[in-house]
Amino acid sequence: MSENRPINKKKRQPVSDRRKFILNMARGAGLAAMGGFVWSAYVDEVTASTLVLRPPGAIKEDDFLKTCIKCGLCVIACPYDTLVLAKPGDNKPLGTPYFIPRDIPCYMCPDIPCVPVCPTGALDEKSVTTDGVLDINIAEMGLAVVDADSCIAFWGIQCDACYRACPILGVAITIEYQKNERTGKHAFMKPIVHSEACTGCGLCERACVTEKPAIFVLPRETAMGRAGDYYIKGWDKDDEKRLENASEIKTTTEISKESAMDSLNDAGDLY
Amino acid sequence: MATLWNNYRYLILRRFTQIGLLVLYFGANAWGWTVLMGNLSSSKVFGIIPLSDPYAALQMLAAGAVLAADLLIGVLILTLFYFIIGGRAFCSWVCPVNMITDSANFLRRKLDFDRVQGIKQPASRNIRYWVLALSLIISAVMGVTAFEFLSPISMVHRGIVFGLGFGWAAMLIIFLFDLFVLKNGWCGHICPLGGFYSILGKFSLIRVHHTQENCTLCMKCKVVCPERQVLHMIGKESLPVLSGECTNCARCIEVCDDDALGFSIRNLAKK
Repeated sequence: MSENRPINKKKRQPVSDRRKFILNMARGAGLAAMGGFVWSAYVDEVTASTLVLRPPGAIKEDDFLKTCIKCGLCVIACPYDTLVLAKPGDNKPLGTPYFIPRDIPCYMCPDIPCVPVCPTGALDEKSVTTDGVLDINIAEMGLAVVDADSCIAFWGIQCDACYRACPILGVAITIEYQKNERTGKHAFMKPIVHSEACTGCGLCERACVTEKPAIFVLPRETAMGRAGDYYIKGWDKDDEKRLENASEIKTTTEISKESAMDSLNDAGDLY
Repeated sequence: MATLWNNYRYLILRRFTQIGLLVLYFGANAWGWTVLMGNLSSSKVFGIIPLSDPYAALQMLAAGAVLAADLLIGVLILTLFYFIIGGRAFCSWVCPVNMITDSANFLRRKLDFDRVQGIKQPASRNIRYWVLALSLIISAVMGVTAFEFLSPISMVHRGIVFGLGFGWAAMLIIFLFDLFVLKNGWCGHICPLGGFYSILGKFSLIRVHHTQENCTLCMKCKVVCPERQVLHMIGKESLPVLSGECTNCARCIEVCDDDALGFSIRNLAKK
C-alpha cells in the first residue's frame, strides 16, 4: 500500500492553467488533424470514380465536381428519366447526375432541357450551342467503343443494330465493308465509331443485341488517347496549328546528355 | 383538443412545413409540379425564383469554382431570409434530419436515458464550428465541396426526393448516434450547416423572449430544448434568447404552462 502513495500524490497535484491550456490546444489541433485526414481520404475516395457519364454540356470532371450543387434540376428536366442522381451505394460521386445508357440512353432532345436549368453552370450552355442555337449534336457526353471480339458483325454475322440506332446516322457510326476470306463470298459489315461526331448518347449501347453490349459508351477521357505535340499531321494545316503552343518534355539519359551531333561524330567506346 | 393544440401548436406547424416542403419537392420530380423544384441544395420556385444553400456556395467558393449569377441570386435570397427570421429556423422548420433527431431525443426522454448516462455531455457544442472551418479548409485543399459529399442532410433529402439507395443507412446512423452516443449529437454538436446558420442568425429579428416574473422554475423548457445552453436566463432575468444557436423551434413556448416564454421581435423586446 505504501508503494502506491507517491503515485497518488502526483495525481492529486492540481493541473496548472498553462498545462491545461497547452493540452487543450494540442487536443483541438490533434482532433482537427485526425478528422481532417479521415474526411479528406473519404472525399478523395468518393470522387475517384472516373467511369461516369455526365449529362450533355457537363464541364471538365474536376470542375464539375466542385461546381455541381447536386440539386437535381437536370434530372427533373429530363423527359426520358435518363438522368439520375448518384445514391449512396451507386459508387459514383454522391449526389451528382449521371446516366447508364444500357438502362436508359440520352435521346438527344434538340432543345436540351437538362442544360439551361442548371443553376451553377456545371452544365455549360455555351458548350452545346452553335451560332446562338442549342445544338445537341456537338455534345460530348462520352464515346462509343466497339469490342471487336464480341461484336457479331465482326464475326461476319449481319447486324447493324447500332448503326441504325445512331441519332447521327451514317456519320457517328459508319459501316466498313470488307471481304470475308473465310467463306470467300460474303462481306464483313463492321461498325466504325467516329470520335469527332459521336456524342456518347448511348442509343447504340441500348440497341446492341449481344448479351453484354459489344458497343458501349465510355467517358471520352477514358476512351481516347492523345498523340501529344511530337506527332503532327504535316499534310493537315489545321493540325499543324497545334505546334503553335506545343510543350516540350526534356529527358536526360546516358545517350541524350550530349547533343545528337556529338554522339554521331564521336565514336565513343566503339574503338 | 384545445390543450393539445396549445401544447403542440408549433410542433404541428413545424412538421407540417417540413413534410409539406418534402411533398412539394417530391411532386416536382415525380409528377412535374413546378411550385418547388430541386432540393435543399438549390431549387427553383415556380421555375423562376432561385434558392441556393449559402453554405454549399461557400464551399464551392473555397474549392475554387466559378459562381454563376443564378446561384448568387439564390444564395442572396436565402441569406437575407435566414438573416432576418433566424438562421437555425432552417434546422427546426425545414431540415428533414430534424424529424430523425427529434424522434431520437423523444425516445431518450421517454426511456430516461439521461438518468442512466448522467447529465454531463462528453462533447462540446462548439465542435460544429470546428467542423465548419475544417470543411472549408478541405474544400480548398481537395478542390471539391467537402461537406456536400458527406452531408447526411442532402443524402436524406435527396434520397426522399430522388430515390434513397443506401440513404436509409445515413438516417439510421444519425438516429442511433443521437439515441445512444450523444444527446442532441448531430444537430446540436456536429452539423456544420447548423453551425453556419448559428452564425448567420446571430442578429436575426425573431426571438424567443423570457418573462421572469411569470416563471415558476418548472424547467420543462430546459428539458425539451435541443440547445439548452441558450436558455441560461430562465428564472433569472427577463431577456430574449440572443444566441444564434436557438433554432426557433418554439418547443419551450408550448411546454411552458406559465406564459413565461413567447416569440417577439428583437428590438421591440428590448424596450
